[in-house]
Amino acid sequence: MEKKLYTISVYSENNLGLLNRISTIFVKRHINIESLTVSASEIENVSRFIVVVNMTEEAVKKIIGQLEKQVEVIQAYYHTDDEIIFTETAMFKFKSDLLFENPQIQNIIKENNMNIVTVNRTFFIVEKAGRRHEIDAIYDAFAPFGIAQFVRSGRVAISKEAMNIRKILGEIVQ
Amino acid sequence: MKKTERIIGAEAVVRSLIAEGVDVAYGYPGGAIMPIYDELYKYQDQLHHVLTRHEQGATHAAQGFARTSGRVGVAFATSGPGATNLITGIADAQIDSTPMVCITGQVASHLLGTDAFQETDVISISSPVTKWNVQVTKAEDIPAAIAKAFYIAKSGRPGPVLIDITKDAQLGELDYSYEKCTVVRSYKPIPETNIEKVKEAATLINAAKKPMIIFGQGVILGGAESELKALVEKAGIPSAWTVLGLSALATNHPLNVGMVGMHGHYGPNKLTNECDLLIAIGMRFDDRVTGDLSKYAKQAKVIHFDIDPAEVDKNVKTDVAVIGDSKDTLAKVLEFIDEKEHSSWLQEFRSFDKIEFEKVINGQLNPTKEGLTMGEVLQGINKATHDDAVIVSDVGQHQMMAVRYANFTHTRSNVTSGGLGTMGFALPAAIGAKMGAPSRHVVAIIGDGGFQMTCQELGTILQTGTAVKIVVLNNEFLGMVRQWQQLFFDKRYASTEMINPNFVKLAEAYSIPAKKIVKREDLQGAIDEMIACETSYFLEVMVEKEDNVFPMVPTGSSVSDIRLE
Ligand SMILES: Cc1ncc(C[n+]2csc(CCOP(=O)(O)OP(=O)(O)O)c2C)c(N)n1
Repeated sequence: MEKKLYTISVYSENNLGLLNRISTIFVKRHINIESLTVSASEIENVSRFIVVVNMTEEAVKKIIGQLEKQVEVIQAYYHTDDEIIFTETAMFKFKSDLLFENPQIQNIIKENNMNIVTVNRTFFIVEKAGRRHEIDAIYDAFAPFGIAQFVRSGRVAISKEAMNIRKILGEIVQ
Repeated sequence: MKKTERIIGAEAVVRSLIAEGVDVAYGYPGGAIMPIYDELYKYQDQLHHVLTRHEQGATHAAQGFARTSGRVGVAFATSGPGATNLITGIADAQIDSTPMVCITGQVASHLLGTDAFQETDVISISSPVTKWNVQVTKAEDIPAAIAKAFYIAKSGRPGPVLIDITKDAQLGELDYSYEKCTVVRSYKPIPETNIEKVKEAATLINAAKKPMIIFGQGVILGGAESELKALVEKAGIPSAWTVLGLSALATNHPLNVGMVGMHGHYGPNKLTNECDLLIAIGMRFDDRVTGDLSKYAKQAKVIHFDIDPAEVDKNVKTDVAVIGDSKDTLAKVLEFIDEKEHSSWLQEFRSFDKIEFEKVINGQLNPTKEGLTMGEVLQGINKATHDDAVIVSDVGQHQMMAVRYANFTHTRSNVTSGGLGTMGFALPAAIGAKMGAPSRHVVAIIGDGGFQMTCQELGTILQTGTAVKIVVLNNEFLGMVRQWQQLFFDKRYASTEMINPNFVKLAEAYSIPAKKIVKREDLQGAIDEMIACETSYFLEVMVEKEDNVFPMVPTGSSVSDIRLE
């Protein structure tokens, strides 16, 4: 079976130790996590993990089973890229001098509709939210000029289909 | 308003346990758990605390108790080394789905993260081997944490739970009242059964010409022994067991065809690759059961009954998965099953049995060699206990011999470390097993190697007066490893030979009546004496040094390539 990028969404109780339990499930099976994001969800006290992995569908199904087995996991889903809306955010920092020495930098910023986060005498920071390949392309464009710092967030994603977490929680409580 | 009482956290721990029906617990004290021990002292007439000689022993005793009684086993330890000493038993309980609640003391909450004396992050350490764990830092959170722990440990697929309680939470005051936990909103212990799947399973069963059942501990954990028996009998299906499924169906049942897996019986292993329908019930297709998965039951359709959806398709692809509690799903499928007999198919098992008897079993039970065999010791125990002892085995050759040759009449009679294969399990587990089933004969079968891993628990037997029968099958080797060295490493016996102490003297040092047997003619008499003895008893039997366990499916081979010699 062919390996693919899958975005796993895990809804769970907001519990300190759970990150450890969830990451162990991947580590134990030598599954490389491409990206991991933990945040609040649309429901109070419910966290949402978004884990991006590159694996076969058969393997990802087993992972979902192991995740859902955790007592504090409410539900886990997996999606392919065309089933979700997703994005990542990247920030780039440069020395301010570069902006005057290399007008191309300004062009890259404009062409890519990047946000200027801050500018001062010594440095400036620009950001971009987008797909991985867009950010990679910007990185390649900037690289020759000397990037002082670069950081990219994990993927955040929202599924096109509904995720009935409230309903699941309601059913269990009744 | 609920009625509450102002008490300290440590008292709340003990009162909560009593509220859960706990009347015996195992453990070992230390600085960070002293407030709880102080309360255990106060409540000793309601909750009997058994001081083991090592925290690992406390977990295995709790496991043994859980396995024979069906109740939750409880173990205590202090922080730091006390807590880390629990880990082997917790891992064992996790892989064998044994309900257990472990309570550890922890340094005071203001010291957490400071590398305080005897601080270990037991929550992180135990996370991968617990069903659930929690650290409690406030006295008022204790009753709810314990209630949740018991609910999680025993519901659904059971497992071990750990509660780590900081010393300040033990000493702090709370308004105590206790309410049992009946729901955890993120947790569904018993998934819903899809009745369509039940019907599909029944259709396959009714159509099968050569069906075979493999049942595991899921039958025992679900209390589904009579449903299993009814299904087996109505559909006339030859039924084999995993190591942990053993005793769910009586050994002498005409459709019981023996054990599957590495040292299982010849027939069920061979015929796994000839059946047209494999019905797995509460078992998880462990690699020791399946051998090479790419050559496992490829010709058969597979039905999998399990309570844990994560087990479905994990190792073996199933055609129909019936998810749910085994007692319920088996009862449901029974309604749709036709009455059948498969006598010529059953005969195929019996033909393999004959070959196995001649090549393997006969030599064990009716040896012509001078040296005693492990099989004849088990046979002697069967005889003395009328096939009705609780057999607690350790890990190694003697374990495989115990599960192969012990006969069982009642369920929950086979206690062994299946998934983890923990040497040192049997002696402490037997103490718990006897406390969980006081009216039964509890016989521990242990190798000379494994006995020395936890033989300090003889002290626990001395102190509690638990009438455990201990049989050490002494081959002066780490026999199972030696067997592999003989078969796969050209007899290079690297660190497997054992120079042993005088075991009889050791047992006697703990005031346990003891005997050593070297001759066949003395064996049955000694076993009878041991079983008749009111107290604990220690029997060392010198067995053939270089005997091997057969049949054997070598690692990585197909189950149908099982070797008889
Ligand atoms: C804690 C632990 N360490 C190591 C092993 C590996 N091991 C499996 S069987 C065995 C030999 C057991 O020897 P003994 O207890 O004398 O029993 P025998 O096989 O001779 O019956 C060993 C070392 C294990 N299962 N558990």
